[in-house]
Amino acid sequence: MDLASAKVIGAGLAAIGIGMAAIGVGNVFGSFLDGALRNPGAADGQQGRLFIGFAAAELLGLIAFVVAILILFVVK
Amino acid sequence: MAAEGSGIDPMHQFLVEPVMGHRLVMQGYDISFTNSALFMVITAALLWLFMLGGMQRKLVPGRWQAAVEGMTGFVQDMMRTNVGPEGKKFVPYIFSLFMFLLFANLVGLFPLAVVGLHPFAVTSHISLTAILAFFSFGMVLVVGFWRHGLHFFSLFVPHGTPWYIAIIVTPIELMSFLVRPFSLGLRLFVAMTAGHILLDVFASFVVQGLNAGPGIGWVVSFFSFLMIVGVSALELLVAAIQAYVFALLTSLYLNDAVNLH
Repeated sequence: MDLASAKVIGAGLAAIGIGMAAIGVGNVFGSFLDGALRNPGAADGQQGRLFIGFAAAELLGLIAFVVAILILFVVK
Repeated sequence: MAAEGSGIDPMHQFLVEPVMGHRLVMQGYDISFTNSALFMVITAALLWLFMLGGMQRKLVPGRWQAAVEGMTGFVQDMMRTNVGPEGKKFVPYIFSLFMFLLFANLVGLFPLAVVGLHPFAVTSHISLTAILAFFSFGMVLVVGFWRHGLHFFSLFVPHGTPWYIAIIVTPIELMSFLVRPFSLGLRLFVAMTAGHILLDVFASFVVQGLNAGPGIGWVVSFFSFLMIVGVSALELLVAAIQAYVFALLTSLYLNDAVNLH
């Protein structure tokens, strides 16, 4: 396999990580809604924690995106 | 049909180039006024106008003043819940950070290309986001050492940890502390870059589909256009959320430095 094909395949594989992060982010918001609908009074106080969890989950997906971009544009 | 991938160059929009076309080089350094600098100035000017129109001190606020007071109140609430009464000192910094990032993100999304200007998202460059992240990190270090002296290092040993666990936990805590400025800057920069690449790719689909003539090409164009509308709405949300997350994480890190355990 030549390098150009391997790069494109590698970038595609790296993109799987972004889908995994999507599961994580969905989990964060889903669990928040799960709890918030049971106890709506406590939901507003937890919004900061919601976004911290969202940020942590999203960052890992964005790193996968960075890896894909690095493979495509930086690796010679 | 055109050859694969030709005509779509989603990275071109991030090119930093001089505004007037010619470079200004001094002592071997390129100091030209670039489109990045231009859009930072536009962002700062818009923010200045927004604040100027709202700071009127009326007892019954008008619409504009209510908008500005909503923003300041939002940041004040965030600092009060995350840092406590001590957080009031840091409200100006967090407010400037949040508003600059929010305006920069939104200006980057503004459809200036409709009138022929080349829009540029300054937050899609790590050179800007990393500097802001290092400001925040530096402030945490200064505040932490100022208030607690060398006792600040106890941040790395969680309270009540047995020594055999502390041996493992302390390096991990140190690593997670040192990686903060990078993750803070990287998150904002990559989120904005990814969104703009996505918009550019779908916009190229619209143009290429229309060029392909009636039939399947127009169908592709139509659905790509619907996707652009959806992704633009999502990007507006992301622009606000990322500015909020940056300010929120900065306030949490400041909380570590102000209220050590």
